[in-house]
Amino acid sequence: MSPWQFLADLTNPDLAFLPKALTIAVLSAIMCGVVGCYVVLRGMAFIGDAVAHAVFPGLAIAFLFSGSLVVGGTIAGIVTALLVTVFAQNRRLKEDSVIGIFFVAAFALGIVIISRAPGYAGSLQQFLFGSITGIPDRDLYVVGGTAIAVLLAVFLLHKEFVAITLDREMARALGLRTFWLDLTLYVLVTLAVVMAVQTIGNILVLALLITPAATARLLTDRLAAMMALAPAIGGACALIGLYLSWSWDLPAGGTIVLTLTGAFLLAHLAAPRHGLIARLAA
Amino acid sequence: MTAALEMTRVAADLGGRPVLRDVDVRVDTGQFTALLGPNGAGKTTLMRAALGLIPLRAGTVTSGSAGYVPQRHEFTWDFPASVQDAVLSGLVRRIGLFRRPGVAHWQAVWDALDRVRLTDLRKRPVGELSGGQRQRVLVARALVLEPAVLLLDEPFTGLDMPAQETLTDLFADIARERAVLMATHDLTAAAYTCDRLILLNRTVIAAGPPSDLKDPEVWMRTFDVGPGSHLLKALDLGGA
Ligand SMILES: Nc1ncnc2c1ncn2[C@@H]1O[C@H](COP(=O)(O)OP(=O)(O)O)[C@@H](O)[C@H]1O
Ligand SMILES: [Mg+2]
Repeated sequence: MSPWQFLADLTNPDLAFLPKALTIAVLSAIMCGVVGCYVVLRGMAFIGDAVAHAVFPGLAIAFLFSGSLVVGGTIAGIVTALLVTVFAQNRRLKEDSVIGIFFVAAFALGIVIISRAPGYAGSLQQFLFGSITGIPDRDLYVVGGTAIAVLLAVFLLHKEFVAITLDREMARALGLRTFWLDLTLYVLVTLAVVMAVQTIGNILVLALLITPAATARLLTDRLAAMMALAPAIGGACALIGLYLSWSWDLPAGGTIVLTLTGAFLLAHLAAPRHGLIARLAA
Repeated sequence: MTAALEMTRVAADLGGRPVLRDVDVRVDTGQFTALLGPNGAGKTTLMRAALGLIPLRAGTVTSGSAGYVPQRHEFTWDFPASVQDAVLSGLVRRIGLFRRPGVAHWQAVWDALDRVRLTDLRKRPVGELSGGQRQRVLVARALVLEPAVLLLDEPFTGLDMPAQETLTDLFADIARERAVLMATHDLTAAAYTCDRLILLNRTVIAAGPPSDLKDPEVWMRTFDVGPGSHLLKALDLGGA
């Protein structure tokens, strides 16, 4: 399918779900790209994984009671972020195993809950792998508003997030409230993930958080550039991925993630200073 | 002389176990003081107690503004930050919540970089620095707040002799106008360069100018070694 045909479909009133899905996918990719930079630099991919899994029971409950999926997922995600923050403060606990226990349990709970819903196999697949149909209009406003709030919070707290990422010990010595900053950061990660879960799916959302930021890191040694590149890469791959999935009738979440992976591999090969080609040539 | 840092009868526990007991420490402005003791003696804990990072079980700490240089491995060196960005992070509280650095903040960063002679490298990514240069970044980050007392935790770990000597000169220079307390395992260099030594093993075993610490017995007690130890020979205190 040509890009023009895609554009025509986007403006076709019979396919109103398509521009909605595209908007949500791109906005959540931008959010995930920005907060993903901190996630990648702090080496805390596990937090994204934990949140992605843990929002599942929230989605399942919301689905069962026909509530808002976004609200259900957000509540479950924030509860998880709070638990992880509290546990991660205690350095002597093996935090990844605690988190592993928590999020697999949460996931299991989600499966049990959703099995109570009639015709659950279809909705389960939709949650796990995402869906571009059936998104209510209201969600557009929720996602848009959340994107503004997340980006504003990052803008305002950027230097504090940098300080705790660079050196926690020093940040504490300087008197920064590391607990509250951690919690805020985890909540921002949660919001970005929850907004993306619907289109990308529970299992694949981690890629939206990690891959654009990791790709941007390969391309630059400057944080400001990285934080501009990551959302650009995420947003562009969401657009291209959705186009490809629409053209070839492939699942949207999977196609977007594979597009991101392609971008990452390309950067790995061709990045200006750290890429394979540059290193071989040097 | 004025005390920039004074700890009186300080006790501190970690994980429910006693680590420091009855610690008396005084560091004066204009003095370069070394904190000596074996691994696990409580040097890091003493500094963290001085900074208020851990609760005291007993005793008091009075301190002027303190600058801290934690061990180098605490820092995320693969972070995409330039040297001047890393130093600026020391000002995060002074700049204030929700605010951006102004001209005065950058000027303070450049002054601190000038102080540690890293001006030429200020735009280099921190990941592309040598060990000695990295240590100087951390010192600049502490100096940017113009602290009354500078706490250095094992700044020489993993550095070669030339880098150690450059840093030692820098610290001695800084100690002219501030108080400097440095935890180190380089006993001979400390005895040679520092104005005062504090021998610590869970408590202060002895303290004073190097010339007053000629009794091998206090060194043996601090480091838990016998009279035949190389340590005593290296310090020129006899030994077999
Ligand atoms: N988080 C902790 N919990 C319990 N004990 C600790 C902890 N950290 C350090 N310790 C103990 O406290 C003692 C002093 O540690 P530290 O101050 O790091 O010594 P140093 O810096 O002199 O090598 C050590 O014996 C160590 O076993
Ligand atoms: Mg130590």
